[in-house]
Amino acid sequence: MNYPTNLQYSKSHEWVMMDGDVAVVGISDFAQDALGDVVFINLPEVGDDTTAGEPFGDVESVKAVSDLISPLSGTVREINEELLDTPELLNSNPYGAWIIKIENISDSEEMLSASDYEAFCQSEEA
Amino acid sequence: MKLIFEKSVPGRGMTLLPKCDVPEVKLPGELVRDAAPALPEISETDLSRHYTELCQHVHGVNCGFYPLGSCTMKYNPRIDEEMAALPGFTNIHPLAPAHTTTGCQEVLDTARAYLCEVTGMDGMTFQPAAGAHGEFTGVLLIKQYHDARDDKKRTKIIVPDSAHGTNPATAAMCGFEVVNIPSAPNGCVDLDALRAVLGEDTAGLMLTNPNTVGIFDENILEITRLVHEAGGLCYYDGANLNAVMGVVRPGDMGFDCIHMNLHKTFATPHGGGGPGAGAVGCKEFLKPYLPQSALMTGSDRLQVRSFAGNFLVVVKALTYIMTLGRQGIPEAAQNAVLNANYLMAKIKGTFTPAFDRICMHEFVLDLSEFKKETGVSALDVAKSLIDYGMHPPTMYFPLIVHEALMLEPTETESRETLDWAAEVFRKLYALGHTDPEFMHNAPHNAQIGRPDEVKAARHPILRWQKV
Repeated sequence: MNYPTNLQYSKSHEWVMMDGDVAVVGISDFAQDALGDVVFINLPEVGDDTTAGEPFGDVESVKAVSDLISPLSGTVREINEELLDTPELLNSNPYGAWIIKIENISDSEEMLSASDYEAFCQSEEA
Repeated sequence: MKLIFEKSVPGRGMTLLPKCDVPEVKLPGELVRDAAPALPEISETDLSRHYTELCQHVHGVNCGFYPLGSCTMKYNPRIDEEMAALPGFTNIHPLAPAHTTTGCQEVLDTARAYLCEVTGMDGMTFQPAAGAHGEFTGVLLIKQYHDARDDKKRTKIIVPDSAHGTNPATAAMCGFEVVNIPSAPNGCVDLDALRAVLGEDTAGLMLTNPNTVGIFDENILEITRLVHEAGGLCYYDGANLNAVMGVVRPGDMGFDCIHMNLHKTFATPHGGGGPGAGAVGCKEFLKPYLPQSALMTGSDRLQVRSFAGNFLVVVKALTYIMTLGRQGIPEAAQNAVLNANYLMAKIKGTFTPAFDRICMHEFVLDLSEFKKETGVSALDVAKSLIDYGMHPPTMYFPLIVHEALMLEPTETESRETLDWAAEVFRKLYALGHTDPEFMHNAPHNAQIGRPDEVKAARHPILRWQKV
C-alpha cells in the first residue's frame, strides 16, 4: 500500500494536495483497494459547493456504490472528466487520478499526515 | 450456446403467426423504418430447442437450493399457477362491463381483506408493479399527506444505513432529502442517532423489520413512537415480511403505510424480471391518497400503473394465502425462522455469523477473518457453491458487514437439504485453508466460469450486433 508523504488524508480515505489556494482531491490507494474495480463515477459540476464531511459524488465498483466524502468546504473549480470514460484510472493510479479541484476553501475535515493515515488504515484493517 | 441470432438462416421461418386477414395499411412515411429490423429467422423446432436449452442453463427454485438472502426464493406451489391460468382470469379486459368481471373484483377485494388482516392495514392498492415501485407509491402517500396539511417544512426521510438501497433511492425520487443514520452494534436502529435527527423537518422514516441482517428490532414501538412524536410517518418495507407474516403485524408495530412484495412473500415465481406485485397498504387516514385507475374509476387520484396492476400475481398470492390459511401463514413464517437458525447453527464453527444471536428468516456470514487467513473472498466461496449445484447467497450485502454472505433458506427446504448445504459450507471452509487457488478459479463445472464482471460493468454490450 502506498502513502505518498506530500499529501494529506481524510479519515474517509480521500487525499488532498494543496496547489496554492486550490485543493486537488482524490481517493487513496487504500480506498481503491477496498472498493475493488471501479466501474463508474458520479462527479459534481463545476461551480457546485462542497461541504466538509458531506458527499460530493460517488463511485461504483463491482461490489457496491460508495459516497465520495469531501474533505473540504468550498467550490468545485474543476472536475477530472477523463474519469467519466476511464474510471479504472482510480485503481491503476490513485494518486495521479485526481477527481476534483476545490477553491474558496472555508472549512476542512480533520486531515492526517501520511504516517498517521497509514496507522489509521492499519487500525481499520485490524 | 449460440445466440438465437447466430442460429438464424435467411428465409427460414415458421407458421406461428396466422396470415393477415385484414386490409394492409400504409403508414405515414416518418413512421416507417429505413431498413427491416434484424430479427432471427428460425424454424419452430429450432426455436423450441433454443428456449429449452436456455431453460436448462438456468438455476431456479425447481432445480435446487437457492438461499439468496433478502429474496425469499421459496417454492411456488403449482396450484397458484393453475388458478392464475383459469380462463375466467385470463380472457378478460379491465374495461369489460363490471357485471362480467365480478369474479375478478372478488379476487381483488378478498386479497385486499386478507392482506390487510395480515399486515394490520386498513386500505390497499395493487397497482404498483413490484417492490421498489411499491416503495415509491408508499412514500408518495406520505408526501401527499404532508402536502394536504400544507406542512411544507417536512423535507427529510430517515433511512438506517442497513436499509436496502432502494429505500434512499425511493425517498430521493419522491423529492425528499435522505438522512442516513448509523446502526447500533447489534445491527438495529441506534435510538440516540434517531433522536438526534428527528425534528420538524422529518417527513418520515423508512424501515425494514426484521432488518437486513435478519434481526427483529426490539425497540420498534419506541422507534415509531419517536417518529410520530416528531410529526413524521413510518413506512414499512415489507421485504422481510416472510419472517413475521401472521405472527406480528406492521400496523401494530406503529407503521402507517407499507409495501409487500407479493411475488416474494406470497409465493409467485420471481427473480426472472417479473411480473411482480408491490401491494401498498395504509392506515385509514392515508386511504384518500391511495392510487386509483383513472379509466376504471374516473377519479383524479394518483395513478402509478394502468388499471388494477399485475392482476394475475394477485390471483396467485390469494391462492397461496387460501391454501395455507390462518394456521399455515404463521407456520410458514415460523419454519422460515427455524430453518435459518438451524442452518446458521450448523455452519457455526466454520464461517462466522456477523451477529451471534438468534436470527429471523435470514442471517449474514462475515468472511473477513476467513479472507485474511486464506485469501479466499466471499466471491470465491459464492462461486465455489455453484459447483455443488447451489445458488450462491447474496454477496457483499448489507454493506455494514464486510465480505458478507447473506443466507435465506426459506421455509420450503427440508432438514436433509439444510444438512447437505451446511456440509458444503464446511467443506469449502476446509478447502479454503488447503487449496485457496482452486477456489479463486471456481466454478470448475459450470456452463460459465468467471465472467469478466469489471469489463461487463464498464463496457456493457446490451444488444446483439451484427459484426
